[in-house]
Amino acid sequence: MIEQSVLEEVLGVAMRTGGEFAEVFAEDRRNASAVLDDGRVEELTSGRDRGAGIRVVVGDTTGFAHTADLTEAGLIAAAEAAAAAARGGGGGTNVVALDRRSASRGYDIETYPGDVPKARKVELLGRANDAARAVGDAISQVSVSYGDNRRHILVANSDGLFVEDDTVRTFFAVSCVATGDAGMQTGRESVGHTIGFELFDMYDVDQLARNAADRALTKLAARPAPSGQMPVVIGSGGGGVLFHEACGHGLEADLVAKGASVFRGRVGQQVASKGVTVVDDGTMEREWGNIAVDDEGNPAQRNVLIEDGVLTDYMWDHLRARKEGRRSSGNGRRQSYQNLPMVRMTNTYLLAGEEDPEAIIASTPKGVYVKHLGGGQVNTATGDFVFGMTEAYLIEDGKITEPLREGNLIGNGPEVLQRIDALGNDFAMGPPGTCGKDGQGVPVGDGVPTLRVSSLTIGGTAA
Amino acid sequence: MSFEPPDQESAGLLALAQSVAEKANVGEQVEAFVARSSYTTVRAHGGEVESFTSAMSAGIGVRVVSDHRQGFAWAGTLETDAIEEALAEARDNATFAEPDEWVGLAEPDGIVPVPFDAFDPSVGSMSASRKIDLAIELERMVRAGDPRITGVRVATFSDSTSRFAVATSTGITGAGRGAWCSMSALALAEDGDETYTGGGSTVGFRPDDLDLAEAADDAVLRATRLFGAKPVPSQRVTIILEPRMAATIAGLLGSTLTGERVLKGRSPFGDRVGEAIASPKLTLIDDPTDHRSYAADMFDGEGLACRRNQLVVDGVLQGFLYDSASGRRAGRPSTGSAVRGVSSTPSVGCQALAVAPGAGSFDSLLADIDTGVYLQSMTGLHSGVNLVSGDISVGIEGLMVRNGQLAEPVREVTIASTLQRMLLDIVAIGDDVEWLPGGTGCPTIVIADLSLGGS
Repeated sequence: MIEQSVLEEVLGVAMRTGGEFAEVFAEDRRNASAVLDDGRVEELTSGRDRGAGIRVVVGDTTGFAHTADLTEAGLIAAAEAAAAAARGGGGGTNVVALDRRSASRGYDIETYPGDVPKARKVELLGRANDAARAVGDAISQVSVSYGDNRRHILVANSDGLFVEDDTVRTFFAVSCVATGDAGMQTGRESVGHTIGFELFDMYDVDQLARNAADRALTKLAARPAPSGQMPVVIGSGGGGVLFHEACGHGLEADLVAKGASVFRGRVGQQVASKGVTVVDDGTMEREWGNIAVDDEGNPAQRNVLIEDGVLTDYMWDHLRARKEGRRSSGNGRRQSYQNLPMVRMTNTYLLAGEEDPEAIIASTPKGVYVKHLGGGQVNTATGDFVFGMTEAYLIEDGKITEPLREGNLIGNGPEVLQRIDALGNDFAMGPPGTCGKDGQGVPVGDGVPTLRVSSLTIGGTAA
Repeated sequence: MSFEPPDQESAGLLALAQSVAEKANVGEQVEAFVARSSYTTVRAHGGEVESFTSAMSAGIGVRVVSDHRQGFAWAGTLETDAIEEALAEARDNATFAEPDEWVGLAEPDGIVPVPFDAFDPSVGSMSASRKIDLAIELERMVRAGDPRITGVRVATFSDSTSRFAVATSTGITGAGRGAWCSMSALALAEDGDETYTGGGSTVGFRPDDLDLAEAADDAVLRATRLFGAKPVPSQRVTIILEPRMAATIAGLLGSTLTGERVLKGRSPFGDRVGEAIASPKLTLIDDPTDHRSYAADMFDGEGLACRRNQLVVDGVLQGFLYDSASGRRAGRPSTGSAVRGVSSTPSVGCQALAVAPGAGSFDSLLADIDTGVYLQSMTGLHSGVNLVSGDISVGIEGLMVRNGQLAEPVREVTIASTLQRMLLDIVAIGDDVEWLPGGTGCPTIVIADLSLGGS
């Protein structure tokens, strides 16, 4: 994307006013999407965005500037702006010699979506629409969306690091509305992986559409969810967002360093029930949060955060790790070249236990079974977090009974981790997610086995 | 219709948009939406600059309609080759869409935009050192606000100046500019083993509008008044929503009242025009021509004049918002409600919602509540709100209200209802309209009979 000699020149300019660290992050991204709604292929969209963000670090201050102009002149202007913003002490020139490394993710993209005719993408939309509507007359509306993106990044910094990577993601989602006597309900199914068009060898779009339609139909008969505390069983693959919110964000080193995490100072302590092992793993092949290198050029890693209930480590980006004199854990990510990187999750999951998932439900006299969670949100300072249940049922006498309407559940991270009293042997990854932090969204994955939390507060309307 | 862009740079963007629109072939409509903005963000932490970002970004979105099929493409740059590629891609994309007789660009409708130009050059000409000083000063004020404040997660100064232009081969031309600056702080307070956060912010059309003391006081108050908070037992409660919280509920209602949702069968209020959907105390208007709103504008995303749209009057649903395509399908004119950015086609949305003032101050409304909850924050709006079914369930932090007074703090509880019920359960609306950073104007609202999920 940019010549090595130009990068060395630009980094030299960035360091000239006394910078301690400088970095060029360049990105060239192409997006394509297609939407069918209301029975009609409404629109195809193509997008192209490219540019570079340059940061210069002096002490605790970071200067940052970005530009869509990738010429040498454009990059030098941005480097000067970033250096001026960091207001270094001045003096000295810095000669940067880059050492080119390769990024590897251990598997190949089979079919680049850009090589697939648009007509084939559009055909998938129509098939899903037909399949969803065929589920029943009560399905009153269907929308189907397809998306792919290819993101080429380049990172070069004053430590000599120089790496490029090319990432392809493909996504497909179906949303249905079902209309009944008591109003309307919705059902959704989405799949996404860090792969190409071979996504559709893994999934049958007709089946995805039927799943979405079934969810909407089931909820037509749903009763209001309870309001108050009770045991909650979370289904395999459906509830990874629980750990993303309950402890993931609180283990991000930038929040820990600012005193904004309930997990501050707790490394080495028992923070969760025995048997609970939580991992953040950017190397998970083909998963939505897979990265070969992070957006600071560091290789993705498998990082164990909680092992058998004991907090083992936080997640780190370059700046936070540098301050602590340790290595980044490969968690420095950013939404685009227009943003500064910060500590972010990749694929966050809870390892499987040994129990039979059916036995977990059978041993729950009264509670709620959440098959699919929606998004969530956490206040890392208090540890209080919420997450939505998009498909949930009542458990009565150890059996799954009536479907429940949507609502949020609320709990406190450190308390909920200690209240996990059953772990199934049926681990699965969940649907693709977008994690938002300080206004930046990045793709993340999550996964869980069937598990039970002995007590969570359910935000329904029934007494 | 004669229209003068507000300055030379806007005129340049409009000329660029027109040059793309003029490339429409016979039987084809082309729209170009061009935007350019520059911004600064200063984040202060520990009395130092944590980061200083300055940048300019620009882009173009091109919409092509031919044979009632629409295609779209965008580029994050205004370089000639990228613009040409976007136009070619949009044309190609249009051939894969299925035709719809209502699809098409906006046509001039003769409505003259209400002049508005809140662009203050002092935003763009502010020195870097003044921005830094402000961010550091805000952090200092928060830290000094209370001995229990142990830190500030971030104190931020941001400014932005932006210009846009839209032109179509159907004869639409629009351009505008805006500038604003804002500051916010997130305070951390500690007492014993409890830590709480509280946010405060201030926004203005010019730097002199910023009220640092108000932002700092708000952050400190919110971070320090929750010590000892715990869940209360599940019960049915009345909630009192200060303007910023009430604006969130108004926004949810507004989102269900777009023609797009109604026509596609996704609005719980789709068949309720002329009926009472809310307490007679509620009047809701979307009016970007009200210049008190930070979202005030002359043109919508399709280049039509913004206008005042009454959505709910005395509790009765008046109608819905439309862009040109959804309006054609509904047999109604556009309400000038197309919202968009460079990277997306226009969609129908609220721009500057306002709830009409009722009677009474926050304190007087509070005094009328026997038992209830004052909400300081809501979480999980994206996961706990379904605008099709109307189900609403959110996590909250706040203070209990007992005998008309703010009482003990509460956290880790939920409140739930449906949007349909909440509107009918509105028992009071105050006269204390506040114009919020997002552009909404809203007073205090009191709603009865929600389910609180707690211990």
